[in-house]
Amino acid sequence: MSALRHWVPALFVLLAAYPFFPFAEANRGEQFTILFIYAILALGLNVIIGYTGLLHLGIAAFFGLGAYTVGILTVPFFPFQQSFLVAAIAATLFASFVGVVTTAPILRLRGDYLALVTLGFGLIALYAIRNLDAITEGTKGLNPIDAGPFPGVKENVDLSDYQVNSEWGIRWYKYPYLYFLALGVLGSVMLFLRNLEQSRLGRAWVALREDELAASCMGLNPARLKLAAIAIGAGLAGLAGAFYAMSLRTTGNPATYDFTLSMIMVCCIILGGLGNRPGVLLGVFLLMGFDRIATNILDNWLQEQLGTGGKNYEKISGWKLMIFGVVLILMMRFRPEGLLPEARVKRELHDEESKPA
Amino acid sequence: MPELFAQTDVAGFEQYLLLGLVVGSLYALIALGYTMVYGIIELINFAHGDLFMLGTFLALSLATWVGVETVTGQGNAAIAATVLVMLVVTPLACASLNILTDRVVYKPLRNSPKLTVIVSAIGVSFIFMNLGLFWKGATPVRFPDLIPDNNLIAGTGLAFTWKDLMVVGVTVPAMIALTLFVKFTPLGKAMRATAQNPTAAQLMGINVDRVIAATFGIGGALAGVASVVYGLYIKSVDYQIGFQNGLYAFTAAVLGGIGNIPGAVLGGIVIGVVGELSKAYLGAKWSEATIFAILIVILLFRPAGLLGARVREKV
Repeated sequence: MSALRHWVPALFVLLAAYPFFPFAEANRGEQFTILFIYAILALGLNVIIGYTGLLHLGIAAFFGLGAYTVGILTVPFFPFQQSFLVAAIAATLFASFVGVVTTAPILRLRGDYLALVTLGFGLIALYAIRNLDAITEGTKGLNPIDAGPFPGVKENVDLSDYQVNSEWGIRWYKYPYLYFLALGVLGSVMLFLRNLEQSRLGRAWVALREDELAASCMGLNPARLKLAAIAIGAGLAGLAGAFYAMSLRTTGNPATYDFTLSMIMVCCIILGGLGNRPGVLLGVFLLMGFDRIATNILDNWLQEQLGTGGKNYEKISGWKLMIFGVVLILMMRFRPEGLLPEARVKRELHDEESKPA
Repeated sequence: MPELFAQTDVAGFEQYLLLGLVVGSLYALIALGYTMVYGIIELINFAHGDLFMLGTFLALSLATWVGVETVTGQGNAAIAATVLVMLVVTPLACASLNILTDRVVYKPLRNSPKLTVIVSAIGVSFIFMNLGLFWKGATPVRFPDLIPDNNLIAGTGLAFTWKDLMVVGVTVPAMIALTLFVKFTPLGKAMRATAQNPTAAQLMGINVDRVIAATFGIGGALAGVASVVYGLYIKSVDYQIGFQNGLYAFTAAVLGGIGNIPGAVLGGIVIGVVGELSKAYLGAKWSEATIFAILIVILLFRPAGLLGARVREKV
């Protein structure tokens, strides 16, 4: 394993170099950008579920809030016309704020009840976004989002004069510029979380996850710690949402931010390894990479081979849920700690097995 | 600026209340399966709603197989026979599928942490959904309209049709039978014992695995009954109804106090009534949001649900 210890930095270097390779494609690069965005979202969720042990089933709501904050602050429909930097900061803070305000009253709920309330909150946020069409344009979504990157740079930056590679786009929010930006932010989030894990706060979260009662007897304040986790997790989700809206240039259909997304994010972090950053990264790249990239490639390949593909069961994308389901069940049966487990979680799960029922 | 809240007819409060009771008892029927399984192994069975969806598909296929078009020409006896066939076969199939799932997926995880089992349940839910997608495709399918819409209480100014009567006439006896079963039969007693303390129950000579399998069977059968009633009542099914209705049923179960049978019924009815009233007064698009808002408000004041007992934390 020691040879693989530095695979995360190596992966980042490789990904940063990707656009310079001759085989790089703008299309593929844009799909990678979306993966980086989902990775930020999953890392945020990992703060809540993985570090602190709160089963949160409504993370997609914060992702959506972030996307819509960017939408409202930038589209021509509204008078704000802010730059992306301002809008992304606002999205992060707003999602974080909403997370704290909505979670504070429900912290006394335990386990499954908390899970259900977070799920309910996620759905309320989704329905509110869909129904308040005077503000959110309902199912049409807010568009076009084409803000400048910084305040002062009012118009879309036209990069045609600086073009180094004729394949590269001319707008800053096109591949590969947004790709680099999202990758950079993902890297910063990884570093931030690494430091956070080792900080007083991070260690307190783990103590809380392991045994809330014991932690509170040691003088930790569970309510405040949980709120801190929600604030950071929801904030990261909002940041991811901001990038998502920017990369699509629209907030999209509100149904994008539904329960299924929350659920798949939970699956990603559990598949990769709950509480372990590289594991979460791996989980997102595997599941979302399969969902967004591999199925398309396989579908096209199958279509070429067989010349069919009209029916659901003739396409890999038709089997997607089945494959997800089987993978989850097999993982839970044979490797519940995830592909790259956190040491403590792994020990715990294997202790559990040796304990008498 | 468009209206945020639709203008709706606010004349018939009693009518919406009645409708809410009918729809609510349908949710309650699904919720019972959730709450029984939770009561025994503390598993939020996310696949329950999708089992229900597969049940509606099976009922629909049965109706097609019997040949509904010929049946509708032949009067009430033939229709009653068709419905009876659906009401026998679908619950049996759903019960078997649920027991099989328990045996294959959940049983090996009996001593694993809770999150592991919940994630497996999500996996099963995905698989069921995919099966539904293969079976009937992605678009909604029409369910045969076998039960007439005549108003039974025309004189009172309210509407209560044969369809409404069917929902109440199937769900209320099912709930009563279940309550009696859990209270008075030996297996019911074994279930309650297992729910309280599996280890102690085992020491008393109860075959815990068989009790758990029976619970899954009964929960699945109730989902099967609910799926037939749902199909006949709503008349349109698709592979995603399991998600929406499962969510409502789960909400109903938690609202009443998860693991508590009368609580699930009460929760289902509260959700049905709240849903219908909010449809009437706030507009249909707000009904889901209202249901979950009410859920959160109730849990704020009664964190263990309406009828749930407070469990003191063990130290």
